[in-house]
Amino acid sequence: MSKYEAVIGLEVHAELMTDSKMFCGAPVVDSVEAEPNVAVRPLCLGMPGTLPVANKQAIEYALKVALALNCDINKFNRFDRKNYFYPDLPKGYQISQLDHPIGVNGYVDVTLESGEVKHIRVRRVHMEEDTGKLTHMADGTSLVDYNRAGVPLLEIVSEPDIHSAEVAHAYATHLRQILRYLEVNSGDLEKGVLRVEPNISIRPTGTDELNTRTEVKNLNSFRILYMASEYEIKRQTALIESGGSVVQETRGWNEERKSTFSQRIKEDAHDYRYFPDPDLPAIELDQSFIDAVRAGLPELPASKIERYQTEMGLGAADAKQLAAEKRTAIWFDAAVTAGGDPKAVANMLINNLSAMMNESGQAIDDIAVTPDSLVGLLVQVEKGVINKNIAKEVLAEMFANGGSAASIIAAKGLAQVSDDGPIRDVISTILANNPNELAAYKAGKTKLRGFFVGQVMREMKGKANPAVVNQLLDEALKS
Amino acid sequence: MKLTDLTLTELRDALRRGETSSVEATQAVLDRIDAVDPAVKSYLTLTPENALADAAAADKRRAAGDDSPLLGVPVGVKDIICTKGVQTTAGSKILEGFVPPYDAFVVEQLKKTGAVILGKTNTDEFAMGSSTENSAYMTTSNPWDVTRVPGGSSGGSAAAVSAQLGYAALGSDTGGSVRQPASFCGVVGIRPTYGRMSRWGVIAYASSLDQVGCFGRTVADTTAIFQATAGHDPHDSTSLSVAVPDYEAALTGDIKGLRVGVPKEYFVEGLNPETEKAVRAAIAQLADLGAEIVEISLPHTEYALPVYYLIAPAEASANLARYEGTRFGPRVTGDDMISTVKKTRALFGEEVQRRIMLGTYALSAGYYDAYYGRALKARTLIKNDFKKAFEQVDVIASPTTPTTAFKIGDKTDDPLSMYLNDIFTVSLNLSASCGLSVPCGFDAAGLPIGLQLIGDTLQEATILNAAYAYESATQFYKQTPNIKL
Repeated sequence: MSKYEAVIGLEVHAELMTDSKMFCGAPVVDSVEAEPNVAVRPLCLGMPGTLPVANKQAIEYALKVALALNCDINKFNRFDRKNYFYPDLPKGYQISQLDHPIGVNGYVDVTLESGEVKHIRVRRVHMEEDTGKLTHMADGTSLVDYNRAGVPLLEIVSEPDIHSAEVAHAYATHLRQILRYLEVNSGDLEKGVLRVEPNISIRPTGTDELNTRTEVKNLNSFRILYMASEYEIKRQTALIESGGSVVQETRGWNEERKSTFSQRIKEDAHDYRYFPDPDLPAIELDQSFIDAVRAGLPELPASKIERYQTEMGLGAADAKQLAAEKRTAIWFDAAVTAGGDPKAVANMLINNLSAMMNESGQAIDDIAVTPDSLVGLLVQVEKGVINKNIAKEVLAEMFANGGSAASIIAAKGLAQVSDDGPIRDVISTILANNPNELAAYKAGKTKLRGFFVGQVMREMKGKANPAVVNQLLDEALKS
Repeated sequence: MKLTDLTLTELRDALRRGETSSVEATQAVLDRIDAVDPAVKSYLTLTPENALADAAAADKRRAAGDDSPLLGVPVGVKDIICTKGVQTTAGSKILEGFVPPYDAFVVEQLKKTGAVILGKTNTDEFAMGSSTENSAYMTTSNPWDVTRVPGGSSGGSAAAVSAQLGYAALGSDTGGSVRQPASFCGVVGIRPTYGRMSRWGVIAYASSLDQVGCFGRTVADTTAIFQATAGHDPHDSTSLSVAVPDYEAALTGDIKGLRVGVPKEYFVEGLNPETEKAVRAAIAQLADLGAEIVEISLPHTEYALPVYYLIAPAEASANLARYEGTRFGPRVTGDDMISTVKKTRALFGEEVQRRIMLGTYALSAGYYDAYYGRALKARTLIKNDFKKAFEQVDVIASPTTPTTAFKIGDKTDDPLSMYLNDIFTVSLNLSASCGLSVPCGFDAAGLPIGLQLIGDTLQEATILNAAYAYESATQFYKQTPNIKL
């Protein structure tokens, strides 16, 4: 056990993929792709006399997340003004929730690679609005794009229950997966719709001290979250061990040097002068609304992984892979519901279809193979109409041009031959055409049996029933 | 009789009877503005072309059988209320040249009902003031004595209606900004219940106190413009989703049995004896008309002004943060971003800067509980005062202001004495009540005195009818100012 342990809390900001912004009718657009300042209305530009109206869809999305993170739901929701000046903040204040966030006291159970489960508490989930985006030009001017200003934003704050870069990474990945399952956020860190900021400090292992922490910002991948956390833990440990002390500050990540660097020293806490926003009356969530949203929650990945293992007998790795993306999991579930054997479906999905999708760049919802048609293919294998090798060929055809396995088998004449007559004829011909090999076999070179099987299968274009071929060949070789 | 001498309701009748046209009436008002407004200085921006075009359109609508309530009636709009395509400055240099791409809800309502908007009336900068002397552009004069202030912040609207430079006008009232100038200028001004009027498009001063109000020369005129502009607006989350009653039909003039409360805390030292005399006489008149007079107490009255001067500046400090020259309005460019913001924000006038600083202080860490937090608690006490009072009475009667109009320049160096103008009006803004000021006589110098009538939440019809009964008996509105040009 090392002398120091890390204490990490994660602040996650997730934009919500609502139709319109948090407090006005401007659409939510892809702020990386869209032309600057096209998705703006007088309100999200902070123009005089404009007034906010809370977006019901955003509240519903926030509620979904809070429920999925096992939070206690505050029925009484109030918005507060958080005051600070910055050109990307149109009103000079951000509407946020200080004292009455939508969710508090939640948790997630995160499973690590090793199978170990970590219980991470979620302190709060609150609603706010995003800011615009500044671009600083080489000539010293700055440009501002307000497309993102006012986009609903959820802040999810964990307790400092994380003690390693690995767990920080696993927690963030878990959270991202939940957000994607709920279809409230695309999880795209590079586009900034999901932003993860660790607060990191260290302490002597086994104590419950909370020491001076640093905050690392602008981490645009989970790999960087891992590396930056790892780096920060080592840096702080070295600092303490050499008799120094950690300074409370915001640090950034230098990708070239693979290190964090000081961005801003936090001498004093910023005074945001929060006060209740008089433009927005408090919102009281009805129990019926909460119940309806809870009832509408999808099955979450942790539950799916559990179910795939215990009910379907899949291995942990396969279960995790199937549950990683909601659409894949839904596809898988549909195939099993349609009568597919879970292991056979999982095998086709993981070993065959994913390779084809990777090659074509398609998502599972866009491919021509449906859960039903895959089950149709598996039925053909089960019934012995085709063998497993031909099944792959049929699947490739289904993937390329659609259609059912049965129709492809019929059209291409791919049905497996199990009748003795034609197989026996081919065996006779092969043995007759290869007298030297036959002689060698009979002289004791029994490995040549495989050669004969291969020749028969090739002659029959792979359609021969392998069991029948084996049986008849053995008979022929004995005679 | 000149067209401009008509009251709004008289003009409406004349238009209905086809005795005149909106174009004629609008032209008559524009001509009078040309002649009189150089002395009164009520309008910051005039839009005669728009007005005449709208008047012509109104006449066409009428010819086609339309009889919307304000069809063809020329009115003024306080320059804190946004008008699409027409400069809206809030009386501030920081919004000089700002042309909103949207109408305020109340302006949309005016346009729907066919009113003709003459222009934008003067206001104290961001509605912070009681005299229009804080306007960055000019000080409006009181039509009854041009050396005196018209009151504020809606002084431009009050003076315009008083000087017959518009048949009615919209203002806004955060601490008394409709009732106080109405009182000073001898017109009727109503400040409806918070949430009765949409604040969408009304440039915010203090969001939890701001409310659009209406001016008219008579109670009926005021009721007509109020009727047309009140109502629920889904774009204002604080707007009340309550149907608008027929206020005009409520003006019966019958107030028999009406219980009128007289709060002892409003007849105190500092109240001008002439004002007190006129208001006492007015209360006696109400009794003569059949009202029952009840002495009541609003015990937390003395806290209203300090509470107001914590809450309003606190909200203002956030509301005014957006004015930094990035997206609209003028920008004063400095060496870098911070200096640009600082230089631009130096366009705010002294009173605005004072209130931003007061409010910033009141909200600061370590002071919030002592100031803003405590003010919110005291506000609840004041609210409860009114709640209790309205269990006893239907209407509360008081002076609108402690004195009549003061001289221009008299109080500009003494913000505290300026703030005292609001002592009788400001409680209402902190509560959930509505109120109005109706002329109740003149002092020895011939300056108008106002009677304030306060009603319970959404009881506008009650106070309007009480004022109507009183006005019918006294007819002070028939006296008009003799403006020295």
